[in-house]
Amino acid sequence: MAEREFKRRSAPQRHAPEPTEDEVPQGSEKGERLKAEIDDLLDEIDDVLEDNAEEFVRNYVQKGGQ
Amino acid sequence: MAMPKVCGIETEYGVHRTGTTDSNPTLDSSMLINAYVAELAGRVGWNFEDESPGRDARGFSREAGSPPEVEMNLVNTVLTNGARYYVDHAHPEYSTPECSTVLELVAHDKAGERVLLASMTAAQRMLRTDEAIVVYKNNSDGKGNSYGCHENYLVDRAVPFGRIARDLTAHLVTRQIYTGAGKVGCEEPGCRSAAFELSQRADFFEEEVGLETTLKRPIVNTRDEPHADPARYRRLHVITGDANLAEVATLLKVGVTAIVLLLIEDDALGGAELVLAHPVAAMHAVSHDLGLASPLELASGGTMTAIEAQWQLLDLARKYNEVHGLEALGPDGVGAAVLDRWESVLAALESNPSTLQRTLDWVAKLELIDAYCLRHRCDLTDHRVQVLDLQYHDLRPERSLFRRLGMETVVTDAAIERAVTDAPTTTRAYFRGECLKRYRSSIVAANWDSVVFDLGDDPLRRVPMMEPLRGSAAHVANLLDRCGSAAELVGRLGVEEATNG
Repeated sequence: MAEREFKRRSAPQRHAPEPTEDEVPQGSEKGERLKAEIDDLLDEIDDVLEDNAEEFVRNYVQKGGQ
Repeated sequence: MAMPKVCGIETEYGVHRTGTTDSNPTLDSSMLINAYVAELAGRVGWNFEDESPGRDARGFSREAGSPPEVEMNLVNTVLTNGARYYVDHAHPEYSTPECSTVLELVAHDKAGERVLLASMTAAQRMLRTDEAIVVYKNNSDGKGNSYGCHENYLVDRAVPFGRIARDLTAHLVTRQIYTGAGKVGCEEPGCRSAAFELSQRADFFEEEVGLETTLKRPIVNTRDEPHADPARYRRLHVITGDANLAEVATLLKVGVTAIVLLLIEDDALGGAELVLAHPVAAMHAVSHDLGLASPLELASGGTMTAIEAQWQLLDLARKYNEVHGLEALGPDGVGAAVLDRWESVLAALESNPSTLQRTLDWVAKLELIDAYCLRHRCDLTDHRVQVLDLQYHDLRPERSLFRRLGMETVVTDAAIERAVTDAPTTTRAYFRGECLKRYRSSIVAANWDSVVFDLGDDPLRRVPMMEPLRGSAAHVANLLDRCGSAAELVGRLGVEEATNG
């Protein structure tokens, strides 16, 4: 199971992914709770994320440090 | 032989000005620090006399050819908690005071975030309402520019540096599986992949051993600047780490590395042969391997995954603990607690990493990005995902995604709040911080290993602090309580005349 999940995880470019059973720890109460919390966060995240994502990312430029 | 693991963390924060196209990160960083100091702390300058960042642990010194790491004209101050807060390389940098246990250090590292947040609030009063200086606790801008989060550990000078470099490298490469803060998009030169990786920093390492910190960064840094008695001590300067927001990640980053250093000091890694054949390539491979299963070639032949290497180190650490104990990490079983947490995190990484989504930074960020992409049917090249990556590290409470995730903690809120103003009681940071609280008007400069007093008559008086564990509350609290003035303190200490005027 772990190996299967690792392979899934190692494919970074996911296009229109379908929900899978192993998205959260299966059958565990904790897993369900964590998923519900993430869902709640996603419900409000558009109000939290910076407006105009493309411009914001472009403008975030740092001088190299140590 | 094993030495108490006095430790500290120095973090260069990302700084971003909004509301203007004409910003200067050095000035913005200065404004943050000046605003904080002016409003909340009062100010004492840093003494550069003992700085020697060009000295190399391999036995030579770099005098010319590269500019000094610390620029003299920039804002630089020391706080009542014993921390140093300053501008370095166009970033605000916060160096925690010396801590004698990793739990104390976690509290001081988190306190640093609060100091930066308070600085943002203070600086805002000098800006237009449509402007802001925003601080990020991360290590990369996603465009190939990195800024560091360095750890420092007190190490026995008698241990040959070559042995430290040889024996620590595999740990620094493989610990990324729990120290990584996660990042979208590769920043190795020439790499255009948008994939998620474990570490913010790994892409920027190009050498195995060296003195540099800003280019051609080495896995093992050789800066030999002990800020303590150089005959007895080494300050190992570790530059590979990510700046962690997750407390458990900081606990393991510092706690496990301190344990591995004990094993090296007592030569307890014998027979482990945990020496990588290609450490730089392995550094990158581990960071890019979300499956945590990449075989890393060993110098002795054969391969090992990052998790296997960490299991082997844990096994050796458990055996070491049975023979020697882990008192060098502090009292009250803190060493054993680090061992237990190390084990449970490795077990979870092996079976199902997503169970650590409230524990480790990279897992938290990955789960959030995965869920976001699932809902919005987008991929990692979407700018909203890149914003999400950056905003995980945003220190503003209303923008911080880390804060919204409700991550696991290892120290109390009260301990963090105390660390904003109070120094650790168990190291010389106590003397530094308490002197600033009690005799501020008589102190003209302070640095890691001295405090310089101006008593109103020539010359200035310099109190050296070459022993990191002296100057603790146990040593000097009574003395300080008996001295109503700096002159009285200096008189009782019988200190030398300052040599730098």
